[in-house]
Amino acid sequence: MTTVTAPPGGAPLQPRTRPSLLRRVWWSDSLAGWAFISPTVLLIGLFGLVPVVWAFVLSFQHNDLISPGSWVGLQNYRKLLNDPQFTNSVRNTIVYTLIFVPVCVIGALLVAAALNRRIRGMAFYRVAVFIPVVTSTVATATMFGWLLDPDYGLVNVALNKVGIASQGFFRDPHEALLSIVLMTVWGWLGFGVIIYMAALQSVSADLLEAAAMDGCTRWRAFWRVEVPLLAPATLFLVIWLTINALQLFDEIFVTTKGGPVGSTTVVVYYLYMQAFQYFNGGYASAIAYVLFLAILVVTAIQLAVGRRFSHGQR
Amino acid sequence: MSAAPLVGPLPEEDFAGRRARRWPSPWHFLLMPLSLLMLTPLVWMLITAVSTPDEARQFPPALPKSIQWSNFADVWTGSPFGHWLINTAIVSTVVVMSNLVLCSLAGYAFARVRFRGSGLAFMLLLTTLMVPFQVVLIPTLLIVKSFGLIDHLGALIVPNLVTAFGVFMMRQFFVALPPDLEEAARIDGASRLGVFLKILVPLMGPPLATLAILTFLSIWNDFLWPLVAIQSPENMTMQLGLSTFQGAHQTDWTLLMAATLMSQLPVIVLFLAGQRVFVRSIASSGIK
Repeated sequence: MTTVTAPPGGAPLQPRTRPSLLRRVWWSDSLAGWAFISPTVLLIGLFGLVPVVWAFVLSFQHNDLISPGSWVGLQNYRKLLNDPQFTNSVRNTIVYTLIFVPVCVIGALLVAAALNRRIRGMAFYRVAVFIPVVTSTVATATMFGWLLDPDYGLVNVALNKVGIASQGFFRDPHEALLSIVLMTVWGWLGFGVIIYMAALQSVSADLLEAAAMDGCTRWRAFWRVEVPLLAPATLFLVIWLTINALQLFDEIFVTTKGGPVGSTTVVVYYLYMQAFQYFNGGYASAIAYVLFLAILVVTAIQLAVGRRFSHGQR
Repeated sequence: MSAAPLVGPLPEEDFAGRRARRWPSPWHFLLMPLSLLMLTPLVWMLITAVSTPDEARQFPPALPKSIQWSNFADVWTGSPFGHWLINTAIVSTVVVMSNLVLCSLAGYAFARVRFRGSGLAFMLLLTTLMVPFQVVLIPTLLIVKSFGLIDHLGALIVPNLVTAFGVFMMRQFFVALPPDLEEAARIDGASRLGVFLKILVPLMGPPLATLAILTFLSIWNDFLWPLVAIQSPENMTMQLGLSTFQGAHQTDWTLLMAATLMSQLPVIVLFLAGQRVFVRSIASSGIK
């Protein structure tokens, strides 16, 4: 540390003290540090931070995204409270989320438990469950559009065979949102399974053996030993799936376009309509900020409840 | 029990007994229907994609008599499908490459280098992670428009060159990496960049693979942003193109399924080839 070599170029040797060395290191580190992060800081600043502030400003304006906007104060937010279409989109989003998240989490838990064993053909089963994860939302929606086609779709053909009348699915206002749930559960189940299977790896076999020695059946051990140990994975999944459910858009755009009669108009689809069909950039930004706030609040509540729930397990 | 040592089991019995114990695990009765259910949409797409329109609508549904390869050719000639494929390949390649470089450089700096402003910069970075994309959608569109990039592949590339998530992920990797090797090299007089290139790059294989896969999947599947940023059919990406194709061929299910199948084939092939890495990447995106 204290040995300081002469600078190149034969400059006169001077006794170096520690502060000057430290300063040189500090300078070179500052330079290197900023050189390494400056492209990132620039890009994230421009496409991450600036738009967040800009959107906040927009939410207090009338703005058609082409001509300069005019200041309207809180009018956009006040309008939201009395907009039946917005209220409807909030209701649809909540209903969707409340069905989608539990179905996905419980389904993923059971499938992961079933897949977490060594039997023949497991590679095939895993592929079958995981492939939907890499299937795009647009492709998923297109496939289900065909599968659930009221006239020629496979599902109605199968239903007819067992004596059930054809269903409207995406074209029936009472079934459209449930059809969306079915389709998105297909797309997201594998993700949950992957998360749970990774978490199951860390459940120690000793604990299960101990439970078995105490006379615990395999089924009880699963619910009393494994499921509580999976609490962190469950909490993560619930939060992650909720965030994604609240932002549902692609599948709606491809299948129902928010219909029939607004039964699948979710918040982000309504935002999209306001911004890019009615050119109400300000109003759409207000919707975006309400969504942002809702996601923050819901996540905070889930975290708080989750921590209390998994109390005592780290 | 007591007869067992006296009368040995017949070979057939032994064979049957072993089979009974080994093969039909009761779990198959659960897993087989489940995986068939999960595969139904994909298999049904595959069958429809090679059927004639009449066969696709026949009752009850059956396998096509001969494979209609012409469906794929019709998609290819009837839409700018080749453009969509090339555009998606260009955008995902450039974005993945730049993310690998920029995220690892920034992640290293945030984890290891002590410099003024790093704490603040990192905190702001984390803040952007929480913001849903819909919030920044409209201003980002206006920014891209001011660069003259609307309806241009650049609109899909520039805002995605680096992701806060990628920086965070790489930082976590460096934080968990023991610093001994780097310190030794630093004492020997290596520069920060030298340490990074010569010592750390060879160690970064697994996290970079994860970052590449997650970035690739998110770009390949991105829909909302291309939808608002691109208008011309020949500038579209695969997902956006597929959705316009779907809009134009509402009931032409054979062509639609042929297009959907072709649009998913590259990702599905990649997934089957590197299933282990894909699954690990998706799992680690969640857990860390």
